[in-house]
Amino acid sequence: PLPSTLLQDIRNTVGNIPMEWYQDFPHIGYNLEGKKIYKPIRNKDELDMFLEKMENPDYWRTVQDKMTGADIKLTDEQVDLVHRLQKGQFGDVHFNPYEPAVDFFTHEVMIHPVTNRPADKRSFIPSLIEKEKVSKLVHAIKMGWIKPRKPKDDTPTYYDLWAHEDPNSILGRHKMHVPAPKMKLPGHEESYNPPPEYLLSEEEKLAWEQQEPAERKLNFVPQQYQCLRAVPAYSRFIHERFERCLDLYLCPRQRKMRVNVDPEDLIPKLPKPRDLQPFPTTQALVYRGHTSLVRCLSISPSGQWLVSGSDDCTVRFWEVCTARCMKTLPVGGVVKSIAWNPNPTICLVAICVEQSVLLVNPCLGDKLLYGATDQVLESYVAPEEERVQPVQWVTATMEEHSKGVRLVIQHSKAVKQVTWHGKGDYFASVVSDNSNLQVLIHQTSKRWSQNPFRKSKGLVQCVLFHPIRPYFFVATQRYVRVYNLLKQELTKKLMTNCKWVSSMAIHPGGDNIICGSYDSKLAWFDLDLSTRPYQLLRHHKKALRSVAFHKHYPLFASGSDDGTVIVCHGMVYNDLLQNPLLVPVKVLKGHVITLDLGVLDVLFHPTQPWVFSSGADSTIRLYT
Amino acid sequence: TVTRRLCILKGIYPHEPKHKKKVNKGSTAPRTFYLLKDIKFLLHEPIVNKFREYKVFVRKLRKAYGKSEWSTVDRLKDNKPTYKLDHIVKERYPTFIDALRDLDDALSMCFLFSTFPRTGKCHVQTIQLCRRLAVEFLNYVIASRSLRKVFLSIKGIYYQAEVLGQPITWITPYTFAHDHPTDVDYRVMATFTEFYTTLLGFVNFRLYQSLNLLYPPKIDGQTDAELKPVEGKEYAMDSESYLEKLSALSASLARVVAPTHEEEVEMDEFPVEGETAEQMDARKKEQEALEKHKKLFEGLRFFLNREVPREPLAFIIRCFGGQVSWDKSLCIGATYDVNDPSITHQIVDRPRVEKQVVGRYYLQPQWVFDSVNAKLCLPVADYFPGVLLPPHLSPFVTEQEGDYVPPEKLKLLAMQRGENPGDESEEEDEEAEEEEDDNDKEEEEEDESEKEEEMKLKKMEEEKTQSNKVLPVKVTAGKLRLEDKQRLEQEQQSEEKRLAIMMMKKREKYLYKKIMFGKKRKVREANKLAAKRKAHDTAAKEERKKSKKARRA
Repeated sequence: PLPSTLLQDIRNTVGNIPMEWYQDFPHIGYNLEGKKIYKPIRNKDELDMFLEKMENPDYWRTVQDKMTGADIKLTDEQVDLVHRLQKGQFGDVHFNPYEPAVDFFTHEVMIHPVTNRPADKRSFIPSLIEKEKVSKLVHAIKMGWIKPRKPKDDTPTYYDLWAHEDPNSILGRHKMHVPAPKMKLPGHEESYNPPPEYLLSEEEKLAWEQQEPAERKLNFVPQQYQCLRAVPAYSRFIHERFERCLDLYLCPRQRKMRVNVDPEDLIPKLPKPRDLQPFPTTQALVYRGHTSLVRCLSISPSGQWLVSGSDDCTVRFWEVCTARCMKTLPVGGVVKSIAWNPNPTICLVAICVEQSVLLVNPCLGDKLLYGATDQVLESYVAPEEERVQPVQWVTATMEEHSKGVRLVIQHSKAVKQVTWHGKGDYFASVVSDNSNLQVLIHQTSKRWSQNPFRKSKGLVQCVLFHPIRPYFFVATQRYVRVYNLLKQELTKKLMTNCKWVSSMAIHPGGDNIICGSYDSKLAWFDLDLSTRPYQLLRHHKKALRSVAFHKHYPLFASGSDDGTVIVCHGMVYNDLLQNPLLVPVKVLKGHVITLDLGVLDVLFHPTQPWVFSSGADSTIRLYT
Repeated sequence: TVTRRLCILKGIYPHEPKHKKKVNKGSTAPRTFYLLKDIKFLLHEPIVNKFREYKVFVRKLRKAYGKSEWSTVDRLKDNKPTYKLDHIVKERYPTFIDALRDLDDALSMCFLFSTFPRTGKCHVQTIQLCRRLAVEFLNYVIASRSLRKVFLSIKGIYYQAEVLGQPITWITPYTFAHDHPTDVDYRVMATFTEFYTTLLGFVNFRLYQSLNLLYPPKIDGQTDAELKPVEGKEYAMDSESYLEKLSALSASLARVVAPTHEEEVEMDEFPVEGETAEQMDARKKEQEALEKHKKLFEGLRFFLNREVPREPLAFIIRCFGGQVSWDKSLCIGATYDVNDPSITHQIVDRPRVEKQVVGRYYLQPQWVFDSVNAKLCLPVADYFPGVLLPPHLSPFVTEQEGDYVPPEKLKLLAMQRGENPGDESEEEDEEAEEEEDDNDKEEEEEDESEKEEEMKLKKMEEEKTQSNKVLPVKVTAGKLRLEDKQRLEQEQQSEEKRLAIMMMKKREKYLYKKIMFGKKRKVREANKLAAKRKAHDTAAKEERKKSKKARRA
């Protein structure tokens, strides 16, 4: 009795809630009077639990009441119930699930009906609702809303589709159709057991993995298996079929003509260089002596003496045949350009040194000749009336005179280039300036200078006199202008198609010009033909520094920063209808590239098929 | 997606415009362009309406389902619109030959689809249809004996058959479960397959007709009778067993007209105009070789062990006239037992065979493939079970001049020519090896002698240099001069060529350089392969030597 009253007192009122909510509280609910029900004090630790488990014979039937926290020992009936439920049996011991079935109606047909109700009237008369439904269907069929079932199509699925191949039924578009190319057939490397050389080495495999999937030559790694049994499924099989499908319907198709040319046929048939001899082929002499870049070269009209100007502030005179330095002339400045007077009766060299042009009598060769030159220079009588000149003509001092300098023409700015007229009286100089005073023409005999241009047309690179006619060529960065000196007008403007012209030379016939440019092109102009280049030669790999024509032989040469001199055969025919024939005949190598500069100047011997070249390696070389 | 399906079915492909910028409103972004004509052509297709009908049908059905109007659902399903692709096939391939030319992809796709599982991915009917068509085609190839080449690649098995003079190549995957990739659009593939099955069905019909075979194929009466009582029922239901039996590939097919024996008619020879006797002879020889190739396995009886892929091997062996059987429990259609004494070859793919029967060869499956490709029964010694197989070469490669030819191929070619270097060379190899072993010491000696010679040479050179120092101008050599002249000549020629190349026009120069680059690359690749092979061979030899020495020790 006591425990039952106790139990009633303890009844928890929290209801059907998860008891975890009271986990952190000291109580587990409230009794009927609203007082807290405290959790029974449990000070059993694991060891106590264990001991109890071992010692208490009723431990297995003791459960904890979640609502009150008290331990309850199950009675025998309760244990039985639990067992039965666990087995899936009914809770009630006395319930029999297999009672014999008693039919409500017998399966035998009896003579009397179960109910004796008479049949309805509606079972005799046609149904209105059905009629309505049928009429609806009829109406729908009449209106074509419902279609009667289609007869089954009994033609076979497959038949002889191509029984009568009618050529007329082929559509016109079929001719335009480009059939899809077939898949590439597999090579040895795709075999499951390829020859060992087709397997990738470690490095190749690494390279393969690092490549983009689209760039790979093989879309798989060749592999070797000992036997057919060991071959696994190819994981990308479906991918490959899918990609093929995509190719078939998403790739534009095009007929591409495969170029099937023998590469040898592409090489133009040129006359053999052997048939175009003579031309320089081998390096014959090296002129050593300069200590810095040799910027410019010039040769005496007789071809006996060579003069060179260098960055070491000297001008050296050489004997051509022996490579002997005859004379060294210190000039006290970098020599930019040098020009020997082309008139064989005058022995005079024009040298550009900084702001002045020196006229030097080298005193080489025939004494009569250079004596006469001196006499001509000294016979100058100054005019009474002093004329205004853009430059100053100064006679050399005694000291200079002893060295050979005869006249000094002082410009306002640094002089870039000097060039003689064919007769040897006039010469032109180019000043690096941006005004109209860039080009000046000087007359030696009258010691008189003039400025031919009123306006500057751009940075002048070099100038040139026509060898026969009174024409004057001025090369700016991109154009070459041809002036008539007599009429004092512009006759032609040549488009060079180059970025920056570096040098220019004229054929002795006077109708053809070549221009070298810093963008490694050489343009050949036929003045009679057009103002555009007849041919643009890209033989050199680097910037062209200078070009030169031979006086007699059909040869021209170009020197470039790549250290080579290319000699070409440039035949100009007298027949106007025949175009010039340009054939490269020899690549001359020899100069060492220093400071990214190779050959700085090239020059032909006036009579022999020899070519001189000066380079940044402070040598001059003669090729014969 | 309708457009996409239409494009796939009608074989419309995009075009690359001549002026991309002009067409694309000044932008050069990559876009696909179709010809307007093509799009209009698509619009005229009657199948467009069918698609539309189908769409309407789907909508109605959904509505009916929503309203739970089951009678409507039934009615709609009865009237489900269908469409046929016959006219598209005819339009795309106006002649039968056209269809054959384009059969490669169709076959590969059908073979792939027939291996798909019957769950998800695509309709079961499609898979069954693909399987049926593929099996029918295989049966045709067997009946016509038109298989030419087979190749075991790591991707799958390639077959090449020659039908009406057209080479048809297809690939089948190895029979494993696919792990279906997620980045593949199965709808596109299904659309292709839809078209391909139609095409293949018609092609099959025509092919069977050309051989006087019944279509749909029927297994020849007597064999069928033989098969049925024994296994047919216990194996599968009648409806299924038909396809299974067909796919066993072991029985011949029924003909419309019963085959008269000795049907082979001597081909009349019509001399073609402008053909010389030699060409005729060559053609005749080729024909004979082909006939011989077709009867490669005639009279041989094969038995396939259960670890061997049954279908490909059965197909190949039957294609070349061999008889083939397998274990009864493996598949339907086995015709004889393992213990049959008349078996000549048993295909085995395990390292060792426990119970060997005298009177038959135990071979690895590669033998069948290599023999077919070599067009002759290869010596069996290389293919015994457990033996390191010779490399399996691709039959599709025909080496041009300058290409790298693997040494095995050279050997094979020699064998085809009728020489028989294989055994000899091997024996020689072995002998040579033995000799080498004996020679090892000699070689060492030789090495020493070489060293001595080198020393001598060095001394001589030193003497020479010394003498040169003493007498700087004493170089006389008559022979050297001659060589120099030749070299000079060569140099001159090469220089001339260089100069001429300098004078080429820009475009031609570009082309020339491209061609030369390609040629050089080819040579480089060939050299690389040769070097690799050489390195491998020497390494293998060293290893063999070592192992031999170890064995001796």
